[in-house]
Amino acid sequence: MFEVLTKKLESVFKTLTGRGVLSEAHLTEALKGIRIALLEADVHFSVVKSFIEAVRAKAIGKEVSESLSPGQQVIKIVQAELSVMMGAESKGITLAQIPPTVVLLVGLQGSGKTTTAGKLARLYKIKGKRVMLVAADLKRPAAVAQLQTLGRAIDVPVMTNDTVGVDAGDAVAVVKQAAAQAIREDRDLVIVDTAGRVHVDDALMEELSRMKSAVSPHEILLVADAMTGQTAVSVATVFHQRMGLTGIVLTKTEGDARGGAVLSMRAVTGAPIKFIGTGEKPDAIEPFYPDRMASRILGMGDILSLIELAEQNYSKEQQKKTVQSVRSGQLTLEDFSLQIKQMKKMGGIEKILAMIPGAPKMLPAMDSASVEREIKRTEAIISSMTPHERRNPAVLNGKRRQRIAKGSGTSVQDINRLIKQFDDAKKMMKRFSGFGRTPLFS
Amino acid sequence: MGLFSKLGEGFAATQRVLTEGIETLFRGRPTLHPETLNQLETLLLSADLGPEAVERLISQLKETITRGKSVDIYSLKKVIKSHIITLLDRGKTTRGTIEPPEVTLFMGINGSGKTTTIGKLAEQQHQKGKKTILAAADTFRAAAAEQLVLWGERTHSHVVRGHEGADPASIAFDAACAARARLADCLFIDTAGRLQTKQNLMEELKKITRVVGKAIPGAPHEKILILDATGGLNAISQARHFHESVGVTGLILTKLDSTARGGSIIPIVEALSVPVLYVGVGEAAADLLPFDPNAFADALLDAQTDPPRIT
Repeated sequence: MFEVLTKKLESVFKTLTGRGVLSEAHLTEALKGIRIALLEADVHFSVVKSFIEAVRAKAIGKEVSESLSPGQQVIKIVQAELSVMMGAESKGITLAQIPPTVVLLVGLQGSGKTTTAGKLARLYKIKGKRVMLVAADLKRPAAVAQLQTLGRAIDVPVMTNDTVGVDAGDAVAVVKQAAAQAIREDRDLVIVDTAGRVHVDDALMEELSRMKSAVSPHEILLVADAMTGQTAVSVATVFHQRMGLTGIVLTKTEGDARGGAVLSMRAVTGAPIKFIGTGEKPDAIEPFYPDRMASRILGMGDILSLIELAEQNYSKEQQKKTVQSVRSGQLTLEDFSLQIKQMKKMGGIEKILAMIPGAPKMLPAMDSASVEREIKRTEAIISSMTPHERRNPAVLNGKRRQRIAKGSGTSVQDINRLIKQFDDAKKMMKRFSGFGRTPLFS
Repeated sequence: MGLFSKLGEGFAATQRVLTEGIETLFRGRPTLHPETLNQLETLLLSADLGPEAVERLISQLKETITRGKSVDIYSLKKVIKSHIITLLDRGKTTRGTIEPPEVTLFMGINGSGKTTTIGKLAEQQHQKGKKTILAAADTFRAAAAEQLVLWGERTHSHVVRGHEGADPASIAFDAACAARARLADCLFIDTAGRLQTKQNLMEELKKITRVVGKAIPGAPHEKILILDATGGLNAISQARHFHESVGVTGLILTKLDSTARGGSIIPIVEALSVPVLYVGVGEAAADLLPFDPNAFADALLDAQTDPPRIT
């Protein structure tokens, strides 16, 4: 979702790389570009302003480190500041000491509350929790029916004004009764879908306040979509003032929205971003990783941390080779397999993966279990190749691919996919080959 | 003034920000000072006008000032307003009369307000004594058809629907045949929300337009993209993708009743040359208002573009 911003920043950084000294004029030029890029990404202008100031202060006060080019230094600062702005890693819903944990989903119309309710219910049901959904959106036609359909599909009970026996207009009573029933039924988690409302609608905001005092929810999550514009700040501010948000869910991130709103909302509320919605299907919800997001904004993987880690784990010789390959864009499957082996040594695959340029593209966001599986399969495929094939994937004709598929217990499609992903990654690396003329290792 | 003031209400917050902001720029001095241009830029950006349009406007002002002309508050508002109106007028089109049933396809990303907008338009048609048929071609989202059926009951419109997961094109086709057979005045086709980056879903949309054209030659006559005013500059990407896929003929901007600024509509109209037809400023059917660029610019600026006359 940050792809466009990434592109913009890359072009900005291009002007910064390959220069010996970071002059204030260069910095100003780069910061101007960053400012426009962030504004175009819908980050609120006041947030952009403070961000730029923070980066400038850090960049100017910084001593010029020998190992990094000025461009790299600014990148590092921008990245660190972005991470700080997006806050700590998400821990999902904080479950109450004494169940049930009550979660209220609030937000504007059409932000994705009902869909998110279904996704969260499914997520925690799989984790073995006894979940209940509450349809407290009595305004939108058929909103209750929508939640019922979602509930049926994942086999989670849905409380409606009918099932709890209250008036069809009284959302607060529905929630109150449902919460009581959740205690009787010994539920772990109660997820309440509320009606969409504009934050300037006093009467509806008042209803939310009453709902809050009626059931004292443990979590109040603002559901906001990734396309939200400059208005994100006022929306988040008002919801936070009136409700005391405990978290934010960012939806519809699979599009090309730049999602700058997330930076703004986080900045004005201080509430953590807990989940991101990544698709229409019930399982398309993920925890939020700020550092990963920051790296993604910069579109380069966290090459600096990777190098730091590599320095501790690689032999000097391997180091040189890998960096050379990355730098020249001439990565071979052999390097790739070697890297995978090293990474395993270096700690969590997931942690490392996020740092490799192009890797997020090769292994698009997924849960760590499937990442591990994918890695295993990749390793098996590469192991089944001859050294010649690893160095020259171009020789892989149909017959060779069939042989490799047999040898690695995969299919030809798997191999085709790997090669395609590998090619994409290589292209990506080529784009970075202009980056960092100063030697990274002396 | 009725409609304008309603639109004005919706814009109250933006207006305050923009107009108070502009007034602050002139505090203590009657003409625009070059140093305050940065502040002005920030103000315009806060209205979602988009960095490009803002930059153009600012450099235009800069030039005026460096040429030694002074810019007072009225001429500043006038310049901004005419800038906005010129851009919005680009989308204006005229078209001939269409033999009923007039078929309108509604599309947009998830949660932009397609079904609600159709409901409101159906109500307006009903009040005019027109016969409308609604097609529930959103077969993906749970209970989307039920939502449209409820609107159909409210507005006395017949709803053509299929089962969940049915081919939306087939429902659109059936609805088109029904509209013709029942001599309806208009047919509104509700489609599933889709992100513009999903190629297969954009193909589905193309298929719907193709198939409807087979039932009624020339249909769909209007292909309307619904945009959420609370959205930011991604709306431009949405507009471009939908336009490339099926050719958008009009825009409707929803949810302007929040503090949403809706300024992003300006770069969209600029890019697509497609008119804004309606704006949604509230929950009631009457809150879907025909769009007027002049009123929009006025509302955005709370513009009194001429100095008050002393008589």
